Amino acid sequence: MTDERIGVYVCRCGTNIAGVVDVDEVVRWAGESLAERGVVHAAASNFMCSTVGQETIENDIKEKGLTRLVVAACSPHLHEKTFRTACERAGLNPYLMDMVSIREHVSWVHVDKEAATHKAKAVIAGGVSRVAWHEELEPLEVPIHASTLIVGGGIAGIQAALEIADSGQQVYLVEREPSVGGHMAQFDKTFPTLDCSACILTPKMADIGVHPNVDLLTWSEVEDVDGYVGNFTVMVRKKARGIDESLCTGCGICEEKCPKKVVDEVFEAGLGYRKAIYTPFPQAVPNLPVIDKENCTYYDTGKCKACEKFCPTEAIRFEQEDEMLEIEVGNIILATGYDLFDARRIPQYGYGRLANVFTSLEFERMCNAAGPTNGSIVLRDGATAPQSVAIIHCVGSRDRNHNNYCSAICCMASLKFAHLVKERVPEADVFEFYIDMRTAFKDYDEFYQRVLEEDVHFIRGRVAEVTDAARLEGEEGKLIVQAEDTLIGKQRRIPVDMVVLSSGLQARHDAKEVAKLFGISCSADEWFIEKHPKLDPVATMTEGIFIAGCAQGPKDIPASVSQGAAAAARVLGRIQQGEIALEPVRASVIEEKCSGCRICNLLCPFSAITFDDVEMITEINAALCQGCGTCVAGCPSGAITGTQFSDQQVMAQLEGLLSLNGHERIAVQTSEPAAV
Amino acid sequence: MSEQFEPLIIGYTCNWCSYRAADLAGTSRQKYAPNIRLIRLMCSGRFSPEFVLKAFAGGADGVMITGCHPGECHYIEQNLKAMRRFTLLRSTLKQMGIEPERFKLVWASAAEGIHLAQEIDKMVEQVRALGPLKLPVLAGVNGDTAAVPIHPAHVEEVEA
Repeated sequence: MTDERIGVYVCRCGTNIAGVVDVDEVVRWAGESLAERGVVHAAASNFMCSTVGQETIENDIKEKGLTRLVVAACSPHLHEKTFRTACERAGLNPYLMDMVSIREHVSWVHVDKEAATHKAKAVIAGGVSRVAWHEELEPLEVPIHASTLIVGGGIAGIQAALEIADSGQQVYLVEREPSVGGHMAQFDKTFPTLDCSACILTPKMADIGVHPNVDLLTWSEVEDVDGYVGNFTVMVRKKARGIDESLCTGCGICEEKCPKKVVDEVFEAGLGYRKAIYTPFPQAVPNLPVIDKENCTYYDTGKCKACEKFCPTEAIRFEQEDEMLEIEVGNIILATGYDLFDARRIPQYGYGRLANVFTSLEFERMCNAAGPTNGSIVLRDGATAPQSVAIIHCVGSRDRNHNNYCSAICCMASLKFAHLVKERVPEADVFEFYIDMRTAFKDYDEFYQRVLEEDVHFIRGRVAEVTDAARLEGEEGKLIVQAEDTLIGKQRRIPVDMVVLSSGLQARHDAKEVAKLFGISCSADEWFIEKHPKLDPVATMTEGIFIAGCAQGPKDIPASVSQGAAAAARVLGRIQQGEIALEPVRASVIEEKCSGCRICNLLCPFSAITFDDVEMITEINAALCQGCGTCVAGCPSGAITGTQFSDQQVMAQLEGLLSLNGHERIAVQTSEPAAV
Repeated sequence: MSEQFEPLIIGYTCNWCSYRAADLAGTSRQKYAPNIRLIRLMCSGRFSPEFVLKAFAGGADGVMITGCHPGECHYIEQNLKAMRRFTLLRSTLKQMGIEPERFKLVWASAAEGIHLAQEIDKMVEQVRALGPLKLPVLAGVNGDTAAVPIHPAHVEEVEA
């Protein structure tokens, strides 16, 4: 039937595959039954991906003259590249190999050994039929633009930007808020070292502000992304700040003179005020104010202009409009961070209803010396120091009603809060209500031990309710925290003055839209999905798009910094290479078959298909084509073919899969239903 | 003791979401019926009606197309084109006497291994309840009876 000499390699993967699939039987069968489909050699290996396994393949290609290969092992998403490279080393075009999954799609998901073995055979038959139609392909080499876009100016984005900029490459750092800094700029101390957050962050922020290789675009958002790895065109909306940046000196007089006070929901977490023209905090980078148009009296009534009147450099521009910037970059790092879980969603904890229930972010601002209370820990009245504080862990985390996952940082943050209360109000009683204490990583448990010795009370149990309804003596005027102490098996009611809710982390409210904009995926919890959870944590399935920090999942500052640096290293590697090889999965038009009907012209979202008015046929631009194959399926004349997924290849695979009938083979005996 | 009919289902999966969902089902050892055999496409938009017709003609009892959720397509909106094509094809299949339960479109993101496994199990159960695909003998234009292409396993049955 075919002149090809096909080799079939079946991996045992230790017992991962061989424990369920009878690999020896599959190999025997493939050697015999698939001979008519061109199989001249079939073999098994304990670990096909090992050096020995790969060498076997290479030797067989050379010695047995194999012209095509089918590797039946794990998912092609894991090892397709491994075996393609092995083919290449042996002088065989790597695209003449097909990999079929008999681990993820067979042995790991099926229990019945006979049925699994049968399915493995069918899957291999599909691969063998398909590979006969494979063509020799050459990867497409595309140049990599040396500039990088980083979205999000929190610590992960800052770290990534500095790593790349310091190595001499150009970076665009886009930040939605008026200043870089992110959540870290809001914190007072960082666990477990109790470093002052601003003291360690602001030097990096200042670097970003003056770095010759960093184009800082704050108060800006990415609106559109076009292109592919190495060659992205990004539209950035630079929102109108209402000032002339070249004239503003950041003196702050406008802010001082502005008569309009607004609750600062972003930087002060609702605990403090800002003006309608403001820089979010004193160390803001860039040190340029923005006018909050929604709250500015001038935009509302047409009067005021106090800021304009007092500005010494006449930098105020009320009529300024948003600016659209088009930038060309080769790679993109998304470091868009997280949102705090909204504690109002758990009404029994009373946030928003009981005045002295605070969120963790409010408490951070309260502890911050530059915050609304100048660092004193006080009740909502702004004056009274609490004599007792309850800190509730896992608010919105590890909770089936909200987020199933552990937010990873709240145990340590809560311990830090306890320490800060003890430091600033030494006589106060502190109660930590926890489910499990999670203090993994360097020096964290030591910090826990330290707080344990600071006379903090630890109660193991999820809090049922925070209430102001006093029932017992000593509860009047207090907040009562009701919880089961699971270590002594008793219900406890602890009256306290202040409650701090350690709210969990969750994905940005617009994470899904951002993911869509950049063509990457989100998990069910809406965190960005990495290419591999263990081995490729900062890359994504989309070439050229990397992720770092909490956008990928909850993590602490050291981990965010590590990911920022890791993503930068990946990008720098790309830039160093200068060009990248793309999968040659592309569509092309067979000119003599094209009738010029133009049906396909409407199917391409990448504008890769154009119509030649002179020849009256359709053309496909290979650089723009992303290889989805929709036009191939849509062409009524069969005039478009898609490499690696041609009609012949898919049909042949289908025919192979169906060549082993399902019915008789996997019919199983079931017991007769009981007589009624 | 009785024999249970085991349907054979072909799944055309999108490389970016549901093929990875199937990978994830494997990684998390989520068990499902072995009756499905998957073919990877780059996008659900790549499936052409011939893929489905040939599967039925060649012995499949059901065909499942899987793709990214609407709005999450790796290629922006090609899954919507798959959906359009699917809807049309399903009504055509119905006219040919192929029950709608035999042809399914499932959205499964790369994170939805469990969801995909459940959908596979559900479809296997539904098709099992329908029994093997038997294309009916149709009356021809001239009143003659003409058999449409039949699953090889059932040729005898029809002739009898």
